[in-house]
Amino acid sequence: MKISIAPIPYFWEKDRVLAFYQQLQDAPVDIVYLGETVCSKRRELGLTNWLAIAEQLTVAGKEVILSTLTLIEAESELAGLKQIVENNRYPVEANDMAAVQLLAGRGKFVIGPHINTYNSKTLALLHEMGASRWVVPVELGNKTISSLQNNRPLGLETELFTYGRLPLAFSARCFTARAHNRPKDSCEFICLDYPDGLTMYTQDKASFLVLNGIQVQSAAIHNLITHLDELKKQHIDIIRIAPQAEGTTEISTIIKHALDGGLSQDMAAKQLEQYQSNNVCDGYWNDQAGMSQSGSPVDV
Amino acid sequence: MELICPAGNLPSLRAAIDNGADAVYIGFRNATNARNFPGLNFSPEEAIEGLHYAKESGKRIFLAVNTYATPESWKEAVDTVDTAAEIGVDALILADIGLMQYASHSHPDLRLHLSVQASATNRHAIALYHERFGIKRVVLPRVLSLAQVQNLVEKTAVEVEVFGYGSLCVMVEGRCALSSFVTGDSPNSAGVCSPAHAVRWVETPSGRESYLNGVLINRYKNKEMAGYPTLCKGRFQVNDKVFHAIEEPTSLNLLEILPDLLKSGVTAIKVEGRQRSKAYVSLVTRTLREALDACLADPENFTPSSDSIAQLMLLSEGSCHTLGAYHRPWQ
Repeated sequence: MKISIAPIPYFWEKDRVLAFYQQLQDAPVDIVYLGETVCSKRRELGLTNWLAIAEQLTVAGKEVILSTLTLIEAESELAGLKQIVENNRYPVEANDMAAVQLLAGRGKFVIGPHINTYNSKTLALLHEMGASRWVVPVELGNKTISSLQNNRPLGLETELFTYGRLPLAFSARCFTARAHNRPKDSCEFICLDYPDGLTMYTQDKASFLVLNGIQVQSAAIHNLITHLDELKKQHIDIIRIAPQAEGTTEISTIIKHALDGGLSQDMAAKQLEQYQSNNVCDGYWNDQAGMSQSGSPVDV
Repeated sequence: MELICPAGNLPSLRAAIDNGADAVYIGFRNATNARNFPGLNFSPEEAIEGLHYAKESGKRIFLAVNTYATPESWKEAVDTVDTAAEIGVDALILADIGLMQYASHSHPDLRLHLSVQASATNRHAIALYHERFGIKRVVLPRVLSLAQVQNLVEKTAVEVEVFGYGSLCVMVEGRCALSSFVTGDSPNSAGVCSPAHAVRWVETPSGRESYLNGVLINRYKNKEMAGYPTLCKGRFQVNDKVFHAIEEPTSLNLLEILPDLLKSGVTAIKVEGRQRSKAYVSLVTRTLREALDACLADPENFTPSSDSIAQLMLLSEGSCHTLGAYHRPWQ
């Protein structure tokens, strides 16, 4: 199994982004997804900057994919999408059907986690259009995945979100701006203040979700480290790790050791704890509520 | 401009037709549609009865098959599409491209609409569904501004339907897994959001608490009106402040901008709420019918009557209305 790093979901200053990918060059990861997937107002880096990072990562031996925006409404966002699709150098991850429409027939592309791929017919159809890899929608459990894997088209790679805060929902409303009583149009880039997103708690003080601009994530870290053997058995080709403000390189190193058998899965789980500001969950994989964790009592 | 109204059973369907709906949308009693609630929806026999009733008044019936079928539920979804074609529904409302391909190949004469659950928010996405599966109409997610809706009407080859009244999804439809994160069931996979089986109410000395699968969604002081714990409409704490951090309980109401929608060439406005009562469907349909007729007769001078606003306000979630994303500052 290969390891991939998802696009950075948060809004970071340019220097922080550059440092992050500088560090990743030496990390034991195979594939790196680059670009802004959440909010088109985040413009610390333009396509030229992303392509420069892509070049460095390629030189360092990484496979680079350019990711596209998930919610596309404005003509300006479509124009940005078109530029990425026509980059002529790197494959593209489609996160909206607009991207699929533009990519179909242009060669290989990746179906991102925000395209709803729930059955074999859909998978076959997207493969026919040119998809050579798909990232499983986060809410699918191992039973459904197993069935999809058994019928997947030849040559289609499967990538599974394996570690990090789950990307759960997108809106036209900016929740981070809302929490600061600012309209989205004058958000003053408040997201820059929250490199790991803004945690939302229940009234009994449990961390619940993370607000990341127009995206909502889980506060819990989705962690399938103790399921790696099952993932292998299901012929998952690539495991995806989501960037977080600190520790992404270390996290990928631990997971790589566990994959290679140099570290037991339990030991890896233990070592990962130091990078977890929150509890962990693995419910989706077990066909349960995403927030639940194997071995924990379920409160229904 | 057509008025499309919801029905969760035959009496509501008849009420919608009687009160002025141009078309009624329904779902079968299974997990193939986004209102898979206990005690709701139609058997094929009831759907046939509804079709007859609509036909007599020259009205139409649309059937929603708008969840995303998994391999386990694929057969049920395909059977539902076949049944819909067999009984002669006027249009099928689909979200999944696998199912769209099946429907367009197996039943080429069946009219297809793109469900709001397909999250098509731009012209390229809509073009994909139009070119590959021949969809005739798109139902737009409730996240677009009025200007964006107008732009889409101009630039797409298909009819445009927008939500005009009812509960408001603040998330892009089809792209929200919050409910499955908390309960295991989501609109995409199971046709439900914040399902009733996961709801628990607790009375405490200081008031009521609502929980969804053990997660505290809201606390109500004594005498405060309590709402259904839809998880995005709870009160949570962010930066030491407790508030409706995602969305207030409020209803979408587009009465105010009816003339703008009409002018922009929107084909139909849709009322949310297949889970609502017959009385609700009757009142909302009648009120919107009157408003639409008044607007069609004299769009330049149309303003919603205070009576119609009052009527709809009574039915609103949290007794509160919003223009949602149609009104740019909301975004």
